Amino acid sequence: MSVPSLPPTAFDEQAAVADIAGIEPRGRMAFLRAPALRRPSMLFGLGVVVFFVLVAIFAPLLEPYDPRAKTGAVYEAPSSAHWLGTDDGGADMLSLVIAGSRVSLIVGFAAALVAMLIGGTIGLWSGFYGGKSDTILMRITDYVLVIPDIPLMIIIAALFGRSLTNIILIIGIIYWTSTARLIRAQTKSVRERAYVTRARALGARNQRLIGKHVLPQVMPLLIANTVLTVAIAIFAETYITFLGLGDPSLISWGRLIENAFTGDAVLNDAWWAIVPPGVCVTLVILACTMIGMAMEDALNPRLRVGHLSVRRFRLRPLKGALETE
Amino acid sequence: MTAPLLQVENLHVWFDLEGGGELHAVQGVSFDLAEGERVGLVGESGCGKTTAILAVMGLLPPSASIAGKVFLDGEDILAQGEETMSPHRWVDVAMVFQGAMNAFNPVKTVGEQIVEPMELHGTASGKQARQQAGELLERVGIPAARASSYPHQFSGGMRQRAAIAMALACTPKVLLADEPTTALDVMVQAQILQLLVGLAADFGLALILVTHDLPIVAQVCERAAVMYAGEIVELGPTDALYHDPRHPYTRLLFAATPDLYGEDAVVSIPGTPPRLDRELTGCPFAPRCDSSFAPCATVKPKLISTAADHTAACHLNDPALKAAS
Amino acid sequence: MSTGAENGKPPLLEVEDLVTRFPVPRGFVGAASRRPKLAVRAVDGVSFSLRKGEMLALVGESGSGKTTTAQSILRLVEPESGTIRFLGEDITKVGSGRMRSVRRHAQLIFQDPYESLDPRFRVRDTVEEPLIVHGEGGGHSEREERVRDALTRAGMTPPELFLDRFPHELSGGQRQRTAIAASLVLDPQLLVADEPVSMLDVSVRAGILSLLDELRRTGLGILMITHDLSTAAHFADRIAVMYLGRIVEEGSARDVVRDPKHPYTKALLSVVPQRDPRATTTPQILKGETPNPIAIPPGCRFNPRCPIAIPECRATDPELRSPAGARAGHEAACIRA
Repeated sequence: MSVPSLPPTAFDEQAAVADIAGIEPRGRMAFLRAPALRRPSMLFGLGVVVFFVLVAIFAPLLEPYDPRAKTGAVYEAPSSAHWLGTDDGGADMLSLVIAGSRVSLIVGFAAALVAMLIGGTIGLWSGFYGGKSDTILMRITDYVLVIPDIPLMIIIAALFGRSLTNIILIIGIIYWTSTARLIRAQTKSVRERAYVTRARALGARNQRLIGKHVLPQVMPLLIANTVLTVAIAIFAETYITFLGLGDPSLISWGRLIENAFTGDAVLNDAWWAIVPPGVCVTLVILACTMIGMAMEDALNPRLRVGHLSVRRFRLRPLKGALETE
Repeated sequence: MTAPLLQVENLHVWFDLEGGGELHAVQGVSFDLAEGERVGLVGESGCGKTTAILAVMGLLPPSASIAGKVFLDGEDILAQGEETMSPHRWVDVAMVFQGAMNAFNPVKTVGEQIVEPMELHGTASGKQARQQAGELLERVGIPAARASSYPHQFSGGMRQRAAIAMALACTPKVLLADEPTTALDVMVQAQILQLLVGLAADFGLALILVTHDLPIVAQVCERAAVMYAGEIVELGPTDALYHDPRHPYTRLLFAATPDLYGEDAVVSIPGTPPRLDRELTGCPFAPRCDSSFAPCATVKPKLISTAADHTAACHLNDPALKAAS
Repeated sequence: MSTGAENGKPPLLEVEDLVTRFPVPRGFVGAASRRPKLAVRAVDGVSFSLRKGEMLALVGESGSGKTTTAQSILRLVEPESGTIRFLGEDITKVGSGRMRSVRRHAQLIFQDPYESLDPRFRVRDTVEEPLIVHGEGGGHSEREERVRDALTRAGMTPPELFLDRFPHELSGGQRQRTAIAASLVLDPQLLVADEPVSMLDVSVRAGILSLLDELRRTGLGILMITHDLSTAAHFADRIAVMYLGRIVEEGSARDVVRDPKHPYTKALLSVVPQRDPRATTTPQILKGETPNPIAIPPGCRFNPRCPIAIPECRATDPELRSPAGARAGHEAACIRA
């Protein structure tokens, strides 16, 4: 007896409804609900960054005193009048720290944006087009990577002046390389995906392939990487200014630390002149790093470390209802 | 009648789901295997066949919980979980994993990787182990001299043979093969299947062949179990499964498989398998079944014997229920 | 050569002596030591034709060149020599502009339904994309109409249920139907399907294959690449068996499967497992595996593994011709056929 023949079943509506009945729509932004993004580190990081951004925005309203005015004695210890004491010029430290947040954060975000634009563009172009342009761009990236950042910054600052814009540009121009490499790798991998080949096969031009298919896949990683670059940029601003290359008319955390150093704060036991700006820089960098890493984890689940221990499954006693007769 | 070599009794596997809840991946699977016997475990993706044999090997992740008994030569190796399972792993029950040909360590020679389990389990070491590895390679059709080659120097078919040799390293009694020929060409597939049949015949090796490809099971295995939604829905000689199927899913699965010389129209089964993270009422196949009747939606069918050594879980085999409808 | 023109009209697709090679990079050391330039001859002289309303299955194992042939026809990979004629027009060397307009009429369906859809595009976006790329379908509502139409033709009814879904909210079969709908929206005349069902569950395959069959009936020409002889036997009108870059046998599906003339075809058919456990065919398992296309054996490329090879086989590279006793249109490249 052979298998009885059945009429081929057509795809029917009921089956279609049944098919999707169990699937909840998740939408494009589904990854935002990934557990990695609810980690305490992410929430802490977000909280800290938001806090400092608000401080920077409302700085003039929050400063108890004019940060540039002499409102107390030199190196006055913290007191109820000056919560963080005063610096070597008698200006209120708390006001200075609050004021400093503006420049530090502006430089951090702006420089990271410059780095992202340069690195992202180079990475995207290199990864998508490959060939000669890839080789050339990657060689350029290697050369820039290899140049020692501090001497380069000193030279550029000496040549072009020390304005805020220049500082932003200097940082941006030096720190785009790792972004470029990361985006190039990601672009290369996305470019090989079947849906990009399919779009090309149906005649889509490169602009469309990049704009609609590749960039959206690469963007989240680019953003995560930019957040990490913010941390680097803030730190870079701090030590550029510490080295005396910053704009002397601007107040930033790096400036405050530099000031404390040249003003012999340590000799005067004036810890309040050094520690607060240092703590602020550290906190913001830490926060950005936490956010960036949590985002990368959410986007790339393979980054999660697998279990290296012996796997132990659990045994369950068979409950009455499960026994076969 | 001799006691079966391997006896799986009422095996259940649950996986913990992110965000609470459980997936009941294997629901009360029972079957046995005699020495030298070749049994097929057939089903489509998600039916639980791979999970079931991983449970037999105790190779499930910590998010899994298992219930049931697995008797090897009369001893319940699942009784104390990892403690009772590990002495038998590879030594008595070995496995060729899905995609095993791609799971080789690229920096070790093939010979070293076959020797590894021998030394780990203490069945042989040093010169003796290397000699045995050479013999194993010959047994699977690879010249022993190739033991010093690296995996990338082997073709896909040869790597699959090497994976089988690795599984046989500690001369097990039972070999579990999960989709051993899925990524291989049909000619190489024939070679590998011929090899597996030969091993079972020459060395009394009991074989469980897990696959979605019915014709392979029809040609290679004497008995087979058809799985659907985590359960075995039919179990019997492959001849009976084709010529006298007692479960509509078995019948439809055969009908959905095109045959070289068959004239019958090929059918598709509308709908999708049910979600296993919820309690199901009635027969899990009922929504897609072409022969469902009154009791199917509410009463879950149990495996009933329909002939010697042939069981099926379908109300159509129950004369009492059929009469009542 | 198989029959070409019918009713005086040229066939949909005509391929003649197609050759596609991939150079093997020698590297610095190789070039310095003047190692001879090697090339992988993926497609080494393939000729066939496809008419409207016909399904031709290009069957072969890995290394046979079937996928490269399909890619070469659509110029996704540039062929080295030979002629490709689509609707009578020679498209082998035309520029990318002309090729873009050709691509409206020849669409490709991929093997992997899980990868061939952009995960960020909804079903409506994926199916609409060809219209946007080619600037067709006037306004938004007109395009939506065509999208729904294509989805219905692909068996995704009612279309409303699927329009706003993302690929991860669809089953494998539904994703493949979405890809098919995207290829139908421009009303193509040729569909090239590369292993369209090999990554789908068995119970879903017949649905997709029947859909392709139905489309064929409405006049589409379908070139199906597959390694599965059973699928080809059931759904294709004609089968061409490829080995190491050449077609070794070609004919109607019935002829090739029931009366194979080439020893490779015979061996291949004998090892395909059948559903019926009682089916008795003595499998002719060939030794070894398909050789690397870098080093193609001299003479008949199959001779090292051929069960009936004679010394002459090492000297002659056989042409595709109709063997004695074969029906018209059934050809094999074997001097002993």
